[in-house]
Amino acid sequence: MSANAKDLRHPLKRARGLGAAQYGVGHWWTQRTTAVALVLLGIWFVVLVLGLLHGDYATARAAVARPWNAVLLVALLISMFWHAVLGLQVVIEDYVHTRWKELTLLVVIKFIAVLCVLAGTLAVLRIALGA
Amino acid sequence: MAEFTLPKNSKIQPGKHYPAKDAKKPRTFRVYRWSPDDGQNPRIDTYEVDMAACGPMVLDALLKIKNEIDPTLTLRRSCREGICGSCAMNIDGTNTLACTKAITECASGDVKIYPLPHMPVVKDLVPDLTHFYAQFASIRPWLRTQSAAPDRERLQSPEDRKKLDGLYECILCACCSTSCPSYWWNGDRYLGPAILLQAYRWIVDSRDEDTGARLDDLEDPFKLYRCHTIMNCARTCPKGLNPAKAIAEIKKLLVERRSA
Repeated sequence: MSANAKDLRHPLKRARGLGAAQYGVGHWWTQRTTAVALVLLGIWFVVLVLGLLHGDYATARAAVARPWNAVLLVALLISMFWHAVLGLQVVIEDYVHTRWKELTLLVVIKFIAVLCVLAGTLAVLRIALGA
Repeated sequence: MAEFTLPKNSKIQPGKHYPAKDAKKPRTFRVYRWSPDDGQNPRIDTYEVDMAACGPMVLDALLKIKNEIDPTLTLRRSCREGICGSCAMNIDGTNTLACTKAITECASGDVKIYPLPHMPVVKDLVPDLTHFYAQFASIRPWLRTQSAAPDRERLQSPEDRKKLDGLYECILCACCSTSCPSYWWNGDRYLGPAILLQAYRWIVDSRDEDTGARLDDLEDPFKLYRCHTIMNCARTCPKGLNPAKAIAEIKKLLVERRSA
């Protein structure tokens, strides 16, 4: 399209663009709720790790296998990767301005995060269920 | 990607030097110059101005330069008292109004003057604000009602009127929006602090009956949620307003109308 055709459009056409996506509150709210969850789970995780200092492999394995620890570890994995995806999404939207690259990156980070959560959860479950 | 360096034809070159003759109190002003007509890169011209024969504000110095030293210097100005917003520019590293910025408030040394950042330049210190104004028009900034027009004024309690304080004073000078990195990178879609503060001014107005539609129009990852509370807007506002707070209030209202 020639620059001329764009000049013929009223500036309001460009400003209104494609309208409001009716999306964004959920993202914003989830980013904050996962942040709160991460504060609490982070403190718990640090306490857990400190308790395992100087412990051997069997002690660590037994700690992960305890039901509450396993549940909270999986919760930590989910909220951590969820929060990371939401944050990365913002960074990509901010700085990547080639539409196909932006879309590709947004999808790829979600795939990677889901894989990481699944792998981490499987690892915890294997220990917790004694495989 | 976002552009972090200037394109080749925007790289700034050294410019002309206009020394002051017999000045009692000389002060140096380094001013951004660019003309669309000569095909040259932008340059920084250096003007020495005698403060003994100049008003106290940066605008006084710029007008003295234009009147007595170099009539080709181009800038916008109108009210010279901080109410029209025309003379918004980047002075001494901060976006502000040339008419309310005292020369003595600038850091010692040369006073550097540039147009508002990251806007297309029309000439010298005049930025193209077409898109900024179109964004303002896009929020339909007027009282919108459903109820029948009353026979008299639409009344407002003193408490409700107070909610407009810190909002109605905005003069749309664009200092805040052009200081916002999010607006630099995504100004085509992000409305920016000035327009969002104006949007909130109507959202919070007790007489306006289109609040839901106004919120609908803002619920967008780019129009609203590019604000990452960087706070440059509140820092630079020459009227001492806090657009970041207005944006936070909009985000709160959007949460309030949905389930957690």
